[in-house]
Amino acid sequence: MKELPALARVFAYLSLLTVGGGMAAFPEMKILTVEVHHWLTFPQLVHLYSVGQLAPGPNMMMIVAIGEWAAGLIGAIVVVIAFFGPTGLLALLVGRLWNKLTKWPWRKSIQEGLAPVSIGLLLAGCFTFARGAVTGFDTAAIAVGTLLVLLKYKINPALLVLGAAILGAFSF
Amino acid sequence: MSEATTTPAVQTPGVASATAPPSVLQIFVEFLLIGATSFGGGVVAYLRNSLVTKRAWLDDKSFVELLAISQSLPGLNSTNMAILVGDRLRGWMGALVGFIGICLPGGLLMYAVGMVYHEHGDHPLATAMLKGVAAAAVGLILATAVQLSKKSLDHKADPVFVIITILGVNRLHLSVLTVLLAVGLIATLYYRPGVTRPKSAEART
Repeated sequence: MKELPALARVFAYLSLLTVGGGMAAFPEMKILTVEVHHWLTFPQLVHLYSVGQLAPGPNMMMIVAIGEWAAGLIGAIVVVIAFFGPTGLLALLVGRLWNKLTKWPWRKSIQEGLAPVSIGLLLAGCFTFARGAVTGFDTAAIAVGTLLVLLKYKINPALLVLGAAILGAFSF
Repeated sequence: MSEATTTPAVQTPGVASATAPPSVLQIFVEFLLIGATSFGGGVVAYLRNSLVTKRAWLDDKSFVELLAISQSLPGLNSTNMAILVGDRLRGWMGALVGFIGICLPGGLLMYAVGMVYHEHGDHPLATAMLKGVAAAAVGLILATAVQLSKKSLDHKADPVFVIITILGVNRLHLSVLTVLLAVGLIATLYYRPGVTRPKSAEART
């Protein structure tokens, strides 16, 4: 129970970093959940995020598992509210003001400015993640293979991730 | 079916349904279905298929407009979209049930997965499979980055901002918030109103 305030604080903060997607917050998530609060280890965080890609719906629902480990069912609920509450209210507010904002000349500037930053954050998150996930030639081959197949063919990524699980079961 | 139905859920035959906004319950069920079936990321495509094509609750123009709002705000595209669409259709109650609907299936699944993983995550077979899954996830994230770059980067200076952002987080170990605010501010000022910046070669063609 004593973890609840920390869970709320950490995930509310992380939610504000998810510009362009959840992965943008990953480097900070690693520092806060693994190194500062010790709710889980880095390999566990990498595993949970990866398994989360197989689940339907928003791709960051793995945060539920972190909340559950730290503080049970209440922890899971607190994490969801903290992670989606602030950005959700912001979306609601901006959604209602949007028509007024279309005439604001800086809106386009912010959109054009944030586009490269959000892709940079996505890649920075990916590189942090890869340090835990790509540990040798075999895992590098799976990563590159998945990338190439996804760029070349229209295939459901969940199937590839599932295929990699089976490949892993037989070869590691 | 405890839902107070001011709007009939099942329309009388012959009555045009396009004008009647869906009930709160209908919104919840639709987003629950999307939340339960949108495997493999790319929830936006599932949303469009369901809300625009199947249900016709939104036209394509409104959908693209709401998507632009989602993408320029912090928060996941999928949950921001659920909130924005829900709000358009039925006010804040629509937003709330849209959000809960899209999160509930994946959230329950990850709750269960988390418990099983906590118990059996160190089993050798589980470790071997997770190693493969994590490696594939790296490829998946990189593919997303490539596809997003093609879609949303169209100025010559964009790669510079991308690289500065990566170096700030991964090399200088600045907090994501610092990098987001600093590079975001510089890039926004660079693209300030009234100034036209050169487009990259692919964007011009």
